[in-house]
Formats: sequence, C-alpha cells, structure tokens
Amino acid sequence: MINIELLERRNMKILGIETSCDETAAAVIENGTRILSNVVASQIEIHARYGGIVPEVASRQHMLSIVPVIEKALTEAKTSWQDLDGVAVTFGPGLAGSLLVGVNVAKAIALSQNLPFTGVNHLEAHIYANWLNKEKPPSFPCLCLIISGGHSELVLMKGHGQFEKLGRTRDDAAGEALDKAARILELGYPGGPIIEKEASSGKPCLQFPRAWLKGSHDFSFSGLKTALWHFVQKNQVLGNNSLVANVAASFQEAVIDVLVTKTINAAEELPVKQILLSGGVASNKFLTKRFLDTSPIPVSVPPPHLCTDNAAMVGACGYYHFQNGNLSSYDLDVVPSLSLG
Amino acid sequence: MKSLKLRSHSPEQTQLLGSHLGELAQQGDIFLLIGELGTGKTCLVQGIARGLGIKEYAFSPSFVIIREYHGNLPLFHIDFYRIKHIEEISDLGLEEYLYGNGVCAIEWAEKGTSALPEENLTITLNYIPDSETERSIYFESEGKRYLELLEKLELRLKREKSWN
Repeated sequence: MINIELLERRNMKILGIETSCDETAAAVIENGTRILSNVVASQIEIHARYGGIVPEVASRQHMLSIVPVIEKALTEAKTSWQDLDGVAVTFGPGLAGSLLVGVNVAKAIALSQNLPFTGVNHLEAHIYANWLNKEKPPSFPCLCLIISGGHSELVLMKGHGQFEKLGRTRDDAAGEALDKAARILELGYPGGPIIEKEASSGKPCLQFPRAWLKGSHDFSFSGLKTALWHFVQKNQVLGNNSLVANVAASFQEAVIDVLVTKTINAAEELPVKQILLSGGVASNKFLTKRFLDTSPIPVSVPPPHLCTDNAAMVGACGYYHFQNGNLSSYDLDVVPSLSLG
Repeated sequence: MKSLKLRSHSPEQTQLLGSHLGELAQQGDIFLLIGELGTGKTCLVQGIARGLGIKEYAFSPSFVIIREYHGNLPLFHIDFYRIKHIEEISDLGLEEYLYGNGVCAIEWAEKGTSALPEENLTITLNYIPDSETERSIYFESEGKRYLELLEKLELRLKREKSWN
C-alpha cells in the first residue's frame, strides 16, 4: 500500500521519466522546483547497440537507454531508491511504443519501491519548466504558449491542473515550419536552430505572408511554407549566401510576428498575470527578445535546455499532481493522442 | 490498376476532394501520399478527416509521426518526413495501424514503400508551374478494393462541374 504520509514530508523528491518522442530522459526534482539531476540520453554514451543501427525515432532506442539514464539521474542527484517519494511519467501525447517504455518502467519502479506514481501530460509538463529553478513561482492566471516541432498550443492556466485550450495550429507546428524552411533552403537538420543561426547574419527585409486568423486564437503556418517554396523557385536563392540569410531572417520574422502578436493580444484580452513560454521553439532568442521587449505583461522563459524535451519538467509537474492528490493506478495506459484543456 | 489525374485550383478544392475520399473510405483502407513540401498532402488529409466525420482539424504529424483521430472510423494520420532509415519504420509498430480498424493516410510514403502493403491508393501531388494555388493530383490504384474506390470517386467528381 502507498503511504500517503510520505507525500507530506518536507523535502519531496520525485523521479521524472520522459520517453514520449525522441529523447529518453530522467530527472530527480525536489519540491517541484529544484533540479537535483536532469539527464537526457543524447548526452551520454549508451554502449548497447542493436545491429549497428541506433534508430532516432523508435522505441528500441528508449529501451536501450532508459535504465542507464535513470541510474545516472539517481547518481547525479545523490539519491537512492529509498530517498524517492514518488515517480512521475509522461503517458501522452506521443508515440505509443515510446510512451509504453517509460510508463512500464515507472510502474515497475513504483511497485518494487512501494512509491506513489502519476501519469503526466507531456504538454502540461512543458509548462512546468517555468517552475524550475525559479525564486518566485508564476502567478495565476497564466497564458501558456507551447511551441515545438509537434505542437503549437495556446492554453489558459487558471491554477495547478486547471487548463483551458484557447488555440492551436491548424496545420504545421511553429517548430515544424522552421524545420521545413531549413529543408527548402537546403540548410540541413535540425532546422529550427539552423534558421535562427542564418537569421542572425541576415535582415528580415522580405515580406512573407502572416495568417492572422482573426477572431480565433488558432495558428496556421502552411501558407507561409508554400510562399517560401514559391519564392525560392522564382528567385535565385540557393547558393546566394546573403540572400539565404535574408530569407531565413524574414521567414523566422513572419513566424515570430504571428506567435508574439496573437499571444500578447490574447493575454491582454483575458486578462492574465503572466505569459509562460515553453517547448523547443521558446529557446529561439529572436522570439524571446521580441516577447520581452514588447509584452506589457511579464513573460517567463525557461532556459534552452528546459525548453526542449526533458524529464525535469515531468518531475516538477508530477510534484504538483501529488500535492493535489492526483495519483495514477497501475492500470494507467498510454494515450498517444492526449490533448490539454 | 487504374489511374486518375485531376487539377485542384485551391486548398479548399483539395480539401473537398479529400472529403469525398473520406466519405468513401472503409476500414483497412491505405492511402499513400507523395509530394514536395507545400503541395497539399496535409490539406488533403484534413479533407479525408472531414469526410470521416472528424470535427477537429487534422494537423501535420511530421514531428510526432502518428496522430489518431476518431470519427465514423478511426483515422491514422502517419508521416515519414523525419524517417531516415527504413529500419525505423519497421520498429514503429505500424502493423497495428495498417491492419487495424481504421483508415491510414501516410505522408512521405515513398520513404517506406517496402514496409507498406502492395495494395493501396497512391496519391501524388505536384506544383503546377507559374501557379501559386493550383496542384496536379494523380491517383493510382493497386488492388481490387482501390480500383472500385477510384471508380466511385470518379463518378462523384463527374457530378461536380469544378473538376471538368
């Protein structure tokens, strides 16, 4: 049986586990805010190999990495199994096979160590990156912009666990748009950071279309992508380095313009006390600068390594689940198409 | 094998075409989508989703690889955009979707042809030179089920003047 008194201990240490997409990650978080360790598989050498191939998007990679990643997270946090007070794991959205690896490991740990465990929504976890290593936690209500390769969501957060979805992309996610732009410009992978680097040596002097979708909080980036394709076909862009840089800067500017303007407008309209950014695209310096320069409402931005997928955010989110008595049972299943709000 | 070549004048028309396909779709159907970035693959799948009675927008699964939607039949929207090795496809557990209880629409399918069923409806989308919004859309059926499907689709489109 789970000892509920454990949950009321003063310093609560949560093991967070994340395997929803490409990253196998584990972290130990104290009281929902302090990072004792934060390990992502791509940072460490995994010695096991499967037929010489290390798939990047497959569940097999998670299976190879999950145990060494968790062991490293505990070692770095100087935490033993006995010191843990709970386990939090992402159960959706994501790839079913990948999610299953994390959820099953979390169940095994909870069962064998007699620990409470909780399933966490990956999108909710992203938001909780804003609670990590902060002197002052965010004030409710907050408007959360979650922007990554797979998601672009605008969510109102009224309190812990209280979410209302306001808008989302209707076609491509913001990070995906940047990635595909890099592909059209033949700049390579990962596209988001490459576009940002190119943009820093160019000028946003070209006009690309913005889909404002007036009256809706939704986003759309596929028209912008198609406009870029036509621009590249009509003009001799490829091979002309200064033009590529200007195109990258102008394309990025169009994406940022829509994200920042629509988010700030919604934040003023609601109104909210704070804007919380999260997801891989929130590490784009041009985007964060624009938010910080133009928003009349305080904006919280996690450091880059907490914007991309990690388990520290899962541990932080899990802590608040435990505080609210939101525990999962052993029949928790993965939900690949889980949404938030 | 049967083929059909169409010209869409707008994203809306591509969606309309997709919604016909969605309405005609049956459990186990496999639609393979091939085409350069921005030619309207996701747009066509949004139409298929609508035809299947799915209320939300089907948005691009390029980064997450698979998204599921639930309408009259489940729609499995799959995308091989980020796949680099065919081995990764065999490790995705696709069989569950391909031989499951729904309809599969697979973008960038040419990256994994050998991992996909031989019987399918392949839809190739192309830009039309000097036009921003027009696309050529080419259907090819492989197998009896898809021959019948394509015949039904052709019949429906004949009733709509915009395809002439």
